[in-house]
Amino acid sequence: MRDIAVVATAHSAVTSTTETPVESLVPVLNEVLANAGLQRSDVGFWCHGSCDYMIGQPFSFVQAVDALGAWPPIVESHVEMDGAWAMYEAWMKIATGECDTAVVFGNGKSSSADMFAVMALQLDPYTDAPLGLDQVSMAGLQARAALDAGVISERGMAEVAARSRRNAMTNPHALVSGEVSVDELLAAPRLHDPLRMHDLPTPGDGVSALVLAAGDVARSISDRPAWIRAIDHRIDAQRLGGRNLATVASATEAARRCGVGDGRIDVAEIHAPFTHEELLLTAALGIDPSVTEINPSGGALVSNVLMAAGLARVAHAAERVMHGTADRVLAHATQGPCLQQNLVCVMEGE
Amino acid sequence: MSDDVLRVRTPIGVDYGWTAGPRSTAYLQGLIDGKLLGKRCPTCTKVYFPPRNGTCPMCGVLLGDDDVEVGPAGTVTTFCVVNVPFLGQKIVPPYVAATILLDGADIGVQHLILGIDADKVRMGMRVEAVWKDSSQWGPTLENIDHFQPTGEPDVEFTDYAGQL
Ligand SMILES: [Zn+2]
Repeated sequence: MRDIAVVATAHSAVTSTTETPVESLVPVLNEVLANAGLQRSDVGFWCHGSCDYMIGQPFSFVQAVDALGAWPPIVESHVEMDGAWAMYEAWMKIATGECDTAVVFGNGKSSSADMFAVMALQLDPYTDAPLGLDQVSMAGLQARAALDAGVISERGMAEVAARSRRNAMTNPHALVSGEVSVDELLAAPRLHDPLRMHDLPTPGDGVSALVLAAGDVARSISDRPAWIRAIDHRIDAQRLGGRNLATVASATEAARRCGVGDGRIDVAEIHAPFTHEELLLTAALGIDPSVTEINPSGGALVSNVLMAAGLARVAHAAERVMHGTADRVLAHATQGPCLQQNLVCVMEGE
Repeated sequence: MSDDVLRVRTPIGVDYGWTAGPRSTAYLQGLIDGKLLGKRCPTCTKVYFPPRNGTCPMCGVLLGDDDVEVGPAGTVTTFCVVNVPFLGQKIVPPYVAATILLDGADIGVQHLILGIDADKVRMGMRVEAVWKDSSQWGPTLENIDHFQPTGEPDVEFTDYAGQL
């Protein structure tokens, strides 16, 4: 197996933009290429994650190619998933030896519509979608199941929110940040019982991008590449009634296959748009919060650029390795209703 | 058997807001004012009318901020005679849908050719915009009712072969 690493990253996030998604891509792609010292003609493979339902335009992902400079012809692909899954495809492409470098990017425009309603369209169209659930209702069901099972607490959820906002103060792409006390948060009313406002993600428009490279190419680009030691993704049953919502079996299995427990994890970037999801995932992934720094970026709670927030976790975790402030990190991404699909990636310094 | 559910209706709808982007906004605002405004690629200098998603797809760069006025005359680069009636058709066939390369632009726009028999339309033919009354103008290329021949000599194929 070839050694493959993350060697450069770039992000953008705003509450709302009047740019087209294609216009928003260009500066971030320019930045990630500049960070890697690459020209567009040097890129072996481009892989994109996005969702047409977000802007309500069929085949909108094809337009994203307009941001790449596809002449002379390039090699590119797209997944109708968060950009983290595009990274998985690019990682495989490099692993097979078809190319040595890849630019991976995910983008979303949450301001186009009510994303909590859009995200509900992935439910079973016969049995679940007609119930009128939106994403917050689904999250509320899962939080309630976990609270009743005694595996999380409302105070624990508020602690996640407070820590995320505090960590966000050093993340220039965070859309909400600041010091706030747990008691203050718990004094707020439950808006979607048992969820309070602080339990919900902060939606944003933007892009995350990273460059993958193999072996000596990676070493020539970065002084300290974030080597991908393991990557795996697993899927639970789609039906909300078809699984125990207080556990995340697919995340546990992905973490087991990545050997997460084989050594100390310095930093874990966990893709959890809702506070209770971070608590469920921390347990499911086998992360010890007393040892591991969780979501130093602030996570999706402080900047939830749909279809980019998972890839952003990989990028932020990799940045810690590249900056030399962590040796072994975990990145996680999720898709589907109530943590249905989970991707785990373990990265290390040289 | 008669009590079995054989069919369910589960209507689903989502309302979207669409953003044109700053470059296409200039194009749409220009149409409201009766102007044909494109944008130039800073790398290859090609002029895009309309500015599409705001980038030059050949170069992968953002189009420049400056407006570039194009037209109102142009050249038919290719065309199709519509003989087939279809639901919602606004014009009685036969008529000609053409790709028109407006003077100063590097990509063609599709529009209607009138004022000439359909079988007389040809590649390289010079045409000009015939605007609707300004009271009917909005942010749409439909402000131009149709294009009609100018009577100028045809343009040589080699002069527009690069913009087909
Ligand atoms: Zn160009």
